[in-house]
Amino acid sequence: MNRQQIFDVAAVRGIIAERKGMAGAMLPILHGIQEKVGYIPADAVPMIAGELNLSRAEVHGVISFYHFFRQQPPGKHVVQVCRAEACQARGSEALAGQAQDLLGCAFHETSADGQFTLEPVYCLGQCACGPNIMIDDELHARVGADKLQRLVQAKREAT
Amino acid sequence: MSRDAITVYVPRDSTALALGADHVAAAIAAEAGRRGLKVDIVRNGSRGMFWLEPLVEVGTPVGRIGYGPVDAGDVPALFDAGLLGGGDHPLRQGEVDALPYLKNQERLTFARVGITDPLSLEDYLAHEGYAGLTRALAMEPEAIVQTVLDSGLRGRGGAAFPTGIKWKTVAGARAAQKYVVCNADEGDSGTFSDRMVMEDDPFMLIEGMTIAGIAVGATHGYIYVRSEYPHAIATLDEAIAIARRRGYLGDDIQGSGKRFHLEVRKGAGAYICGEETAMLESLEGKRGVVRAKPPLPALEGLFGKPTVINNLISLASVPIILARGAEFYKNYGVGRSAGTLPFQLAGNIKRGGLVEKAFGLTLRELLEDFGGGSESGRPIRAVQMGGPLGAYMPQQQFDTPLDYEAFAAIGAMIGHGGLVVFDDTVDMARQARYAMEFCAVESCGKCTPCRIGSTRGVEVIDKLIANQDRPQQVHLLRSLCDTMVNGSLCAMGGMTPFPVLSALNHFPEDFGTPNEKAA
Repeated sequence: MNRQQIFDVAAVRGIIAERKGMAGAMLPILHGIQEKVGYIPADAVPMIAGELNLSRAEVHGVISFYHFFRQQPPGKHVVQVCRAEACQARGSEALAGQAQDLLGCAFHETSADGQFTLEPVYCLGQCACGPNIMIDDELHARVGADKLQRLVQAKREAT
Repeated sequence: MSRDAITVYVPRDSTALALGADHVAAAIAAEAGRRGLKVDIVRNGSRGMFWLEPLVEVGTPVGRIGYGPVDAGDVPALFDAGLLGGGDHPLRQGEVDALPYLKNQERLTFARVGITDPLSLEDYLAHEGYAGLTRALAMEPEAIVQTVLDSGLRGRGGAAFPTGIKWKTVAGARAAQKYVVCNADEGDSGTFSDRMVMEDDPFMLIEGMTIAGIAVGATHGYIYVRSEYPHAIATLDEAIAIARRRGYLGDDIQGSGKRFHLEVRKGAGAYICGEETAMLESLEGKRGVVRAKPPLPALEGLFGKPTVINNLISLASVPIILARGAEFYKNYGVGRSAGTLPFQLAGNIKRGGLVEKAFGLTLRELLEDFGGGSESGRPIRAVQMGGPLGAYMPQQQFDTPLDYEAFAAIGAMIGHGGLVVFDDTVDMARQARYAMEFCAVESCGKCTPCRIGSTRGVEVIDKLIANQDRPQQVHLLRSLCDTMVNGSLCAMGGMTPFPVLSALNHFPEDFGTPNEKAA
């Protein structure tokens, strides 16, 4: 069965119904769906378009414009490595390489075991203490190779 | 809270959390419990001395004594050393307010940050909070606008446009509905002052926006916060709910009959949405594509209505201006750069953090006196000031006074006061390439110079680095930058050449070219 199909349709309809009256409701709706489902399923697009009286192309255009919105389910854990200048000045490019080796996937990809999705991020606002990463919603500062290994290992063991 | 409990402060700022502050707080509570000691743990904001985070402070009769950076594992030894009485220990930093890094600042906007519990309205009120709004409620709206105008406050987001003039335009517009939008899309690397306000003193922003609403006749405000800041969003949401409950937001603010509502909107990882018109599009539920100006957003902004759009720090500067008066604020600073700016020391720097100072000190003073030089101990080679669109400055320019006009005169910009430090291991050709690449990834795509120019820029720099017909590539790169500067619709394409050309001009050896500043 296609992974795309498995999501709580009623919950998504509920989110759309609850937020469609907001001024500029599109982003709040998309955030609500991604929080609930983990990504924006393709089947949610016509549902949103219908309720907001927009074309599917317009909805798709918004989803694909923003880096934050995913159109595919992510791995169990999302690892974001900051690659912006302040972290670069503190060695984040080396860390980016280590993260790829450790997780066994490139940026914008999910590891073969479905455990980790690796994403670049351009600034987490912790610029005095880089390199910084975020795992799921948890921030970590001053991350070197050892700390990265410990953090990833802890996530693996928690599974 | 027990009478004899000793107050211990453990920051809740996200940098402190990223360095283990929650574990430290839990360890302190557990250790105190084991020893039968009463502690009252306050989760304050960060003082902005990030190399000391987590910085634990203990309230003593002689002031707050700091210990840092504290690891959860240090806690038993700290208690053994008499932590609760301010006892001696290798991590003891002394009285926090007396530390040179803090004592030598001029904290106006950040006066409360790190001191108070960000979500305690009582704490806020006890530290001059809402004094500005109280004054504003007793004034005519025109007088509020005039006060902001007289203060000399200029937009702290980068463009440095006088805030009072913006407000005056919106105040003068006729419309059934007006808005206040706070630009909290702090996407620039090396900046965290917006984040600190949201996490460490959110009522100040709420107060500033409320004053703006009353001044211009707007009844609804939005804070557009980037999705990369989940802690800031959560703290703001809580603070707004508290302010509403206590009558500082809503239909009848403190019995004045004035109305102002506020909500947080979450961005979605698009750097361009920090550009004000792209941000409006995003708030309206569309792709963050920039709008051509005119019309000015002050006249036709959000949903086509007159809108005040200010950077977060501009709005956060308003309460103290109203509370203490325009003259008080204006007396800080130099020339047309009035007041203070929260400078942010980031990248390869020993004492990275937030330094609020009046305009006019030099970059070198920030880097050396406050920052203590590079963290790696190697010579500082370049500083990028003002974000990814700011110029790379070489050593020879470090004595430039921090003043908007002085920086503009050397082709650099102060922007929002963020500076990223690089030591001598940096490859400036690679940094120039990164600037173009970042623009290519983040361009909204509306105008050709930005969308195509940045992609071609990466290619040209690659050829330059690979030594393919180098003089011709340099010529091409300069010509391309000229097109981007003069032909782009907004600052994204228009300023990406600043880091590129400054790298090429000041560090030609990294490009394998002789020094030729014929731009």
